[in-house]
Amino acid sequence: MGPLVPQEIIGADWNLLIAFVIGIGFGFVLEQAGFSSSRKLAGMFYGYDTVVLKVFFTGAITAMLGLLFFSLFGWIDLNLIYVNPTFMGSAIVGGVIMGAGFIIGGFCPGTSVCAAAIGKIDAMVFIGGIFLGIFFFAEGFPLLKDFYMSGSMGPLKVSDVLGISGGVMALLVIIAALIMFKLGELAEKRWPREEY
Amino acid sequence: MMKTKYMNPYLAGVLLGLVLLMAFFFSGRGLGASGAVKSVVVSAVNVVAPEHTANSSYYSKYVGEGKSPMKAWLVFEMIGVLVGGFLSGAFSGRLKWKVEHFPKITANRRLVFAGIGGILFGFGSQLGRGCTSGSALSGMASLSVAGFVSMMAIFGTAFALAFFFRKNWI
Repeated sequence: MGPLVPQEIIGADWNLLIAFVIGIGFGFVLEQAGFSSSRKLAGMFYGYDTVVLKVFFTGAITAMLGLLFFSLFGWIDLNLIYVNPTFMGSAIVGGVIMGAGFIIGGFCPGTSVCAAAIGKIDAMVFIGGIFLGIFFFAEGFPLLKDFYMSGSMGPLKVSDVLGISGGVMALLVIIAALIMFKLGELAEKRWPREEY
Repeated sequence: MMKTKYMNPYLAGVLLGLVLLMAFFFSGRGLGASGAVKSVVVSAVNVVAPEHTANSSYYSKYVGEGKSPMKAWLVFEMIGVLVGGFLSGAFSGRLKWKVEHFPKITANRRLVFAGIGGILFGFGSQLGRGCTSGSALSGMASLSVAGFVSMMAIFGTAFALAFFFRKNWI
């Protein structure tokens, strides 16, 4: 049955409207979780607020399990789901640069847009920065292209690399997440904060 | 207006996961954010310097006959994020113009760091083929290696550098 648009059960004309509605849900949940506050987000890295850890991993696990169960019930064809391709070198270096941007700027792109929506001026400046950063990348692309394309491994799945099923992989992620949630709760007791 | 507290993080996580699952179920793809800004950058450069975009190995992938970078899934999704974030803020009494910062630093210092962080995140998101939403979160849900690598590189680096930027936050 699913995914509905790629299988043309829902016409492609509807896809952008679906994107808009899904975006509303995405923005609403991020803001309700407190991801519109850079101080809450940065709290992750100092232990005084681990909301990022809890929301991020609960979200990833929920969607992961949802996909596995939908596939089991025959509701979705996982072969038609986009799996982002792995380019090892650029993924690591890009991630390191993003991590620096996260601790320096206090947002990531999605959360900055969500924060800008409720009037956070620091988030608007962050978005201006993203715009410039992408512009610099685009202009520098001829120099970066070789590195950008290096280490291509295709749409590789962790479960295939480890030679285990998707279900066992999900179980391992859940166990790891539960341990991290416990550590997060302990950290919040250790480094309490005022509410803002 | 009275401020209401933030949602329980585990409940918010489950709801976030369901939104992501719906993106996979309906459109066959995950969520994202930086890709929408890329569309804006490409469109803006295309308006200012159309010859440059046509000749560039980067921009030419997105512009030209029958291609409109703004008519993209992520652009519409991010417009939705603006609406959804605004509705949530209105609902919980959090709509307010402000520069949020740790009380011991100035608003200007916060803005300078926000700008630098944005530049780094924007650049890194293009090199790493997606940001926290598109590569890490959506990638992990689909069990992609790229998703787990992005997640560990982003969070690992932020933890590793936290000590050096502590005066901005604690």
